[in-house]
Amino acid sequence: MIQADLNIILPEIVLSVYAMAALLFTVYTGKDRMAGLLVWLTAALFVAMALFIGATGNNTRVAFDGMFVDDGFARFAKVTILLSAAAVLVMGQEYMARRKILRFEYPLLICLSVVGMMVMVSAGDLMALYMGLELQSLALYVVASLRRDSAKSTEAGLKYFVLGALSSGLLLYGASLTYGYAGTTLFSGIIEAAEGRAPLGLLFGIVFVISGLAFKVSAVPFHMWTPDVYEGSPTPITAFFATAPKMAAMGLFARVVHDAYGGVVGDWQQVIAVLSVLSMFLGAVAAIGQTDIKRLMAYSSIAHMGFALMGLAAGTAFGVQAMLIYMAIYVTMNVGTFAFILSMERDGQPVTDIGSLNMYSKAHPGRALAMLVLLFSLAGVPPLLGFFGKFYVLRAAYDGGLAWLAVAGVIASVIGAFYYLRIVFFMYFGEEQEELETARSPILWSLLMVSAVVMLVGIINMFGVESIAEAAAATLVN
Amino acid sequence: MDNLLSITTFIPTIAALILVVFLRGEDEAAQRNAKWVALIATSLTFVVSLFILAGFDPSDTGFQFVEERNWLLGLKYKMGVDGISVLFVLLTTFIMPLTIAASWNVTTRVKEYMIAFLVLETLMLGVFMALDLVLFYLFFEAGLIPMFLIIGIWGGKERIYASFKFFLYTFLGSVLMLVAMVAMFADAGTTDIPTLMNHQFGSESFSLLGIQIVGGAQTLMFIAFFASFAVKMPMWPVHTWLPDAHVQAPTAGSVVLAAILLKMGGYGFLRFSLPMFPIGSEVMTPLVLWMSAIAIVYTSLVALAQEDMKKLIAYSSVAHMGYVTMGIFAANQQGIDGAIFQMISHGFISGALFLCVGVIYDRMHTREIDAYGGLVNRMPAYALIFMLFTMANVGLPGTSGFVGEFLTLMGIFQVNTWVAMVATSGVILSAAYALWLYRRVVMGDLIKESLKSITDMSKRERAIFAPLVVMTILLGVYPALVTDIIGPSVEALITNYDTALADGHAASQTAAVSH
Repeated sequence: MIQADLNIILPEIVLSVYAMAALLFTVYTGKDRMAGLLVWLTAALFVAMALFIGATGNNTRVAFDGMFVDDGFARFAKVTILLSAAAVLVMGQEYMARRKILRFEYPLLICLSVVGMMVMVSAGDLMALYMGLELQSLALYVVASLRRDSAKSTEAGLKYFVLGALSSGLLLYGASLTYGYAGTTLFSGIIEAAEGRAPLGLLFGIVFVISGLAFKVSAVPFHMWTPDVYEGSPTPITAFFATAPKMAAMGLFARVVHDAYGGVVGDWQQVIAVLSVLSMFLGAVAAIGQTDIKRLMAYSSIAHMGFALMGLAAGTAFGVQAMLIYMAIYVTMNVGTFAFILSMERDGQPVTDIGSLNMYSKAHPGRALAMLVLLFSLAGVPPLLGFFGKFYVLRAAYDGGLAWLAVAGVIASVIGAFYYLRIVFFMYFGEEQEELETARSPILWSLLMVSAVVMLVGIINMFGVESIAEAAAATLVN
Repeated sequence: MDNLLSITTFIPTIAALILVVFLRGEDEAAQRNAKWVALIATSLTFVVSLFILAGFDPSDTGFQFVEERNWLLGLKYKMGVDGISVLFVLLTTFIMPLTIAASWNVTTRVKEYMIAFLVLETLMLGVFMALDLVLFYLFFEAGLIPMFLIIGIWGGKERIYASFKFFLYTFLGSVLMLVAMVAMFADAGTTDIPTLMNHQFGSESFSLLGIQIVGGAQTLMFIAFFASFAVKMPMWPVHTWLPDAHVQAPTAGSVVLAAILLKMGGYGFLRFSLPMFPIGSEVMTPLVLWMSAIAIVYTSLVALAQEDMKKLIAYSSVAHMGYVTMGIFAANQQGIDGAIFQMISHGFISGALFLCVGVIYDRMHTREIDAYGGLVNRMPAYALIFMLFTMANVGLPGTSGFVGEFLTLMGIFQVNTWVAMVATSGVILSAAYALWLYRRVVMGDLIKESLKSITDMSKRERAIFAPLVVMTILLGVYPALVTDIIGPSVEALITNYDTALADGHAASQTAAVSH
């Protein structure tokens, strides 16, 4: 039996063993000199695992008496997480090496946090959920303050840690309430206990668990940490925060509300709808005044999480499908955008001021064009792929009886369009001034271009992601 | 030629891709190449689009040259033209080579400029051909991106403000349409436009937030679409983006905006509002008619007070679009025929007027009316052409402007005499502002020192105006050229509209009896 169980969690085991072995090995040998190699090795391992998981059949397998579920949904989320983590690792390497913060712990901590994320999206039990979440978070707290001698970076790490601990507390409280009223921590048991009419204590439990999760996806009103952490962390880490953990947290969110509380959709639907509408509006409005592109991307990610939650709020299989597609598109756009942000510099120093992009299109028309595509895609303007993400969640919300949420969403998207246009304005319409240099890194360049081309070409058939997401959503909601 | 429509639509995009990938450098040779590639591509598009016209059968009221492929989410890539849309396609392909030729003097970032216009052409053609709701929305909205860049990069002094206003105003208008489209998709289970035209959307009144909605879902959907098309038209009171956008846009941008982009709103009313929400349209008709009448009079008065030539013409465009909405919602043969005719003819006339402004702006770099006067002394050819289009704008019989105005007024007179009366006074006002503009700019003695050395139109400029002059007069003396093509389709549209209304009334009466 145990062998079958271990077989199911093979990718997680491989990654954990790799992380620990590599840690031991590098401590006794080259230390930071090995860091560049480790980054590539870890990224390669991520891609290999993504291929391995993607090639696993489409059956649902359960390990450890239901604590760990390996189904289509988990695999979709895992592949997205692994690929985006690999891309972010690779693109941050040069940036960190030049600023001498490329430590050998960095790829390994990322690796451990990815293991945590994979456990999160596969969790079939409140204990497994918490284990995955904490493994992910602890690694992230450390990397947020990777630049030890920078006050901002350590502040970011500390803030993230304190607020993260608070949210873990909320989540645990909710979990204990759920356990108290359902008598089990297994999702399959909770859903039976909640069948029909859930007891009041269980509802409280749901609300607390959702609050804890909302913190992880940085949904309003649990978003306070996001702008500071995004701004304070070194840019490659920010890029990481904006991609893989968001996917993992949304995946976990979907799994908990559907697998554990799927019987009481009406009860949590309203909570998520409120989180969604608040996130969309706050993200759109607060980003307008930002001058730092990293803070702006933080608010942008808050708004995007609002849209993804809109799909989830529908409470249907189509809603989950819409959420998955939205997240896949969101992650792709963010990889490209951060590849660009990483390349922004002047006199060898990184700049994150939006004003420094003035007339960027004159010096680098190709990159400016790619960035233009990404920005309009982030704003959800057709014909770019970002629009289709929005279209899916709108459709899901409308079908789920949340027409008001759809109307609110499109209005928020108009407000949000303003700040993306502002970046375009700087790049294309501004006055000429001191030129912004951009690092001539072929990796950043190609990631930016690939991401922009995906936004353009993806509208033809979305590279077949649609049907995969549909199958994935079907395994979760039934 | 099964893919004729797709080929027409995507020729400009292919040319744009060629420019993006292969054209390097900013030197004169590269600039010239960019211009020639754009001119050849747009001309080729026009030639190919003539095949559409040649193969088009006006007596068939259905969609022709239909192409269909499966797409994402049960959507379809479906293109086709009928009597209503085919002429807009032709108008677009006709105007585009002229705008490219009119931009021959652009020197800043020529390559990007041409790319923006080529992409814009594809998107505009797509709007008129799309037979799938979401495909339509895609083309409709995407046009904002190149236009935003055209105004923002190559525009005048206040270009930043104008481009943001243009983008956000129209974006806000159309996202509500997107929600309505999602609702239609959910209700009918398809986004296929021909199917939706025969689908009965719910029209039972219900109350929403305590307000009684007469006409039910249809009225709500109508309002959502109306929000988008009214902004695009633009109708009073949501027209304020247009003067800003027009004034700040470069000449070619103004021409495209006035000649083609403004027609999307009118086309949308004919393609969606009337056939898909007949009951909702009927409920809202009085409001739309009065908004049109107010637009005609109010914006004509505003035009009288303008000191900027482009702004004056922009306001006159709003007034002329008022005739269009009025004609469409008169919902009879003369009204709708006239509205379509007015849109086509306004495409030629307003485009030409903006080009006229462009001619002297290129020489003097100002659009202030006061800066000119007595141009006839040094620019006789210009004075003649400007006069022709001024007269056409006024609606002088013999020019195409007359036919559209007359038909729409005739259509509306049968429906609502009061609106017709108010609107007719607009004819006088339009004569007032147009002739006064002409007098101040062209007539009189040439006393301004700066104008003493102004030169008449070059061969290139004359060549650009020639086709417009021909079309304006040709359509003025032989309007059947247009009405023969649109007639049957319009007739079918009206028949369906009336039947749907009759059915709706019968249904509501039986509902009332059974209560």
